[in-house]
Amino acid sequence: MDLIRNHILSILIFLPIAAGIALVIVPRRYAVFIRWFAFISGLVAFALSILLFLWFRSNMAGWQFEEFAPWIRVLPRVVEGETRYAINYHLGIDGISLFLIMLTTFLTPVAILASWRGITERAREFYVALLLLEGAMIGVFSSLDLILFYVFWDAMLIPMYFIIGVWGYENRIYASIKFFIYTLVGSLLMLAAIIYLGLQNPAGLTFDLTELVAADIARSVQYWLFLAFGLAFAIKVPVFPLHTWLPDAHTEAPTAGSVILAGILLKMGAYGFLRFCLPLFPEASVHFAPLMIVLGVIGIIYGALVAYSQPDIKRLVAYSSVSHLGFVVLGIFALNIQGIQGALLIMIAHGLSTGALFLIVGMMYERRHTRLMSDYGGVWRRMPFFGAFFIIAALASLGLPGLANFPGEFLVILGTFAAANWVYALLAASGVVFAAIYILWLYGNVMQGPVEKPEVEAMRDLSVREAFVLAPVVIFIVLLGVFPGVVLDRTAVSSEAILEQVRPDESRTSLGRGAWAIEVRGIGTHALRPKTDSPQPVPHFLVEGGEEQ
Amino acid sequence: MTIPVSAADWIVINTELILVGTAMIVLLLDAFNRRISDRISPWITLVGVVGGLVSLGFLWGQEYTGFAGMLVIDSFSVLVKMAILFGTGLAVLLSVDYLRREELAQGEYYGLLLLSTVGMLLLTSSANLIMIFLSLEMLSIALYVLTGYARMRPRSQEAGMKYFLLGSFSAAILVYGVALIYGALGTVDLAGVAEALTAPGILSNPVLLAGAGLVLVGLGFKVAAVPFQMWTPDVYEGAPSPVTAFMSVSTKAAAFAALTRVLVFAFSDLSGVWMAVIWAIAALTMIFGNLVAIAQNNIKRMLAYSSIAHAGYILVAVASANQLGIQSIPFYLIAYTFMNIGAWAVVTVITRKGEEGVGLSDYTGLFWRNPLLAVSMGLFMFSLAGIPPTAGFTAKIYLFMAAVNANLIGLLIVAVVTTIISAYFYLRVTVIMFMHRPSEVSAVHVPIAAYVAIIIAVVATLWLFLFPNSTQAFTEAVWRMGL
Repeated sequence: MDLIRNHILSILIFLPIAAGIALVIVPRRYAVFIRWFAFISGLVAFALSILLFLWFRSNMAGWQFEEFAPWIRVLPRVVEGETRYAINYHLGIDGISLFLIMLTTFLTPVAILASWRGITERAREFYVALLLLEGAMIGVFSSLDLILFYVFWDAMLIPMYFIIGVWGYENRIYASIKFFIYTLVGSLLMLAAIIYLGLQNPAGLTFDLTELVAADIARSVQYWLFLAFGLAFAIKVPVFPLHTWLPDAHTEAPTAGSVILAGILLKMGAYGFLRFCLPLFPEASVHFAPLMIVLGVIGIIYGALVAYSQPDIKRLVAYSSVSHLGFVVLGIFALNIQGIQGALLIMIAHGLSTGALFLIVGMMYERRHTRLMSDYGGVWRRMPFFGAFFIIAALASLGLPGLANFPGEFLVILGTFAAANWVYALLAASGVVFAAIYILWLYGNVMQGPVEKPEVEAMRDLSVREAFVLAPVVIFIVLLGVFPGVVLDRTAVSSEAILEQVRPDESRTSLGRGAWAIEVRGIGTHALRPKTDSPQPVPHFLVEGGEEQ
Repeated sequence: MTIPVSAADWIVINTELILVGTAMIVLLLDAFNRRISDRISPWITLVGVVGGLVSLGFLWGQEYTGFAGMLVIDSFSVLVKMAILFGTGLAVLLSVDYLRREELAQGEYYGLLLLSTVGMLLLTSSANLIMIFLSLEMLSIALYVLTGYARMRPRSQEAGMKYFLLGSFSAAILVYGVALIYGALGTVDLAGVAEALTAPGILSNPVLLAGAGLVLVGLGFKVAAVPFQMWTPDVYEGAPSPVTAFMSVSTKAAAFAALTRVLVFAFSDLSGVWMAVIWAIAALTMIFGNLVAIAQNNIKRMLAYSSIAHAGYILVAVASANQLGIQSIPFYLIAYTFMNIGAWAVVTVITRKGEEGVGLSDYTGLFWRNPLLAVSMGLFMFSLAGIPPTAGFTAKIYLFMAAVNANLIGLLIVAVVTTIISAYFYLRVTVIMFMHRPSEVSAVHVPIAAYVAIIIAVVATLWLFLFPNSTQAFTEAVWRMGL
């Protein structure tokens, strides 16, 4: 058990990759075996990530489950009598990575199960690509070396590119190339910035995040590096106006691809901001925060408006992602604890709710081979079970209290208020209203009304497998909506650590404008609990709220 | 007059001797019994190449100077020689079935291949301008013949002729430059040149500058840097595919070794002058190679332009002229050898008799016809584009680090932007192979030797990514010794 505990991150990364490579040698005719093998590997990875969750110590600051091995020898230097390489295999997680890793390991088996019937051609290679993708994604979330991070970040492109391009719909080639080139433009500039940053380290060339956060980088250099990193992450999020690859990629990808894209890949941009931009370039982050907030707000409203005008269901869901991720950007650059905690919650909630919506669209497509809203109507009458799952996912997506998205969106709006931008908070809140409009419009058009089309008449309700695909996602949507504290408790220390780096001089109580949030029960009061070593006097109701939890 | 030959001299040229010996055996066998020669000469050649690699293993990390300072053995030359021999060995594996398919004679082909390799190996070790000229001629003359080896095919003849004419010109320019340098400095020894350049006032001597410029032109021709690249696409397209594979990696490796030695070590005091020139050449080469490659529909021409572009990337390392830059050159050359020969191996396999089937459309749906071949080709394409997890990526980060360390930010930006451009045409190959369906699903016949070559290239491309240190420890020595 100790062996597993000490190397759990490596195991999580390389287990899916090894499973993928092993699948290559299985003869194609054992299609059933291949599917089950892929699915079970995904489940094993999920089980391991539950171990990770159980072993994770929520009140511990710093990195957990660290692993270190020298990798690429360039300009080696001697530190404390030890030869250190510039590029190392350095892994480690904090609360932020923990939940993103869990989201990855959770959504991958779901995506595999969802492809059971939809993927018939070259199914073996499809599952290989999914498993390799899973390994690379976990790698992205657990790398503490910038070059290692970049390797996973870029390597992940390849399987996703093939998933869209080989198994996607009509326009798949255009979409896959657009996805690849867009991401590459950002990531190569980031690579240049990473290398520049590594050479800035006063103690000699290194790409270790833990060392680089301590390096004092000149303000003007920070601006440039922030922009280079930020571009890569903003493309991935995607931040308006860099989002144009997203609707194409999401719409053309097969269901599993859309689920992984929306569920996890989009989170990588936000994760990058939190993990790299904020701690490495604190002054630049503060400087560019107003810009990012404006872009986030534009994203929220623009995404919602464009979503409303889509006749294609999948495109509608894709644009809704632009809107939701706008909240994430807004939360991160509010640069306070409510905002960051809220952004983290939305990241996970969006992965679940939008993942569920893409699964639902995929199931409809498998029955009718069309994604146009006008081809449906009255589906509820034919598929009541399906309708129940759909309504939960839809309501979660519009931010209904009690479901996954609400606490996060609420905290972000709160954080935006606390950052004294009440106009932005108001605009962001109006985004929730828009979400209600397009989601209900979607649901009404597809599910309700009389059955007019004979094809709809022929639609069968969920099969057992499909129910097994949707049920766990929907269960987690409800659980996250009711117990957001489970997440917030474990991310609080990490979020505070990031804020500490961005604004070391500001006290916790200066965030007090949002402190009344404490009155609202059940949304993870721990998130707002002040640090106990804070020298400032803390309002007593705040402390009480913290202790109650 | 007898020239005394010491033990060190023999050690310095032992790899070359092994290969010359092998070439003699192959040629004699061909003269005596053609039937047997056709059957076994490739394998004799391979044994010779492996023997050469083993002999390099013994020289690993050692330093020798031979023939009155004309030739040197150091970590830099050993590593580049390894790249060259890997290139030769893989080219032999590709040639076996190619020559059979095209009904070309086997024996003399391998003789020429080996002699050209010997020229490259000598070029890598040359520490004297005359020696550089001699070995350059040795490798070129054999290559001219090899380029036109498919005698019955006009394109091959044309390519051979073109290469010969332009190659002779460039050699003449080179030797003229050597003469001018001798006129200015009174020495052709690289160490002597470096020493002579420390004399006051010499750096602005126009004869010296003209001489250095002409040498640069001569070597620039061999590495196919813009604006001396005109021959490349035609020659690469017309030459037999395995010859192109060989020449695109091994010639380039040898010529870059000579270029580095001349510029960074002999003319380092003149770097104020050549730095700007190399900067411009590197930028132009990257931009031109990558941009023109986009427009190609013939895979051989596309790879030819890609090879021009890669010369540009290596020139970035030359331009940075610092420890990281010099270290990254051998690594880049080795990585490039495997990924590029791998790509050419796939091209050789797909091409039909008479060099038919070199259009990109011939790769349509390769994934559905032969997944292993398609996946390998995909890996080589990603590696050439510098995307992890491949050797091409590691090579590129070394390069970028060197550029940043030398404060060549402008050149770094050019390299980054052209890398993005290059992704487009490399991706195009994968799109055609994976995302288009083939019109008819006909299996692709792959000879075993070619399979072996492709698998070696795949393994090496991944291996160099995972364990790049195998060369690094020695390239550090490269810098310490200052050659």
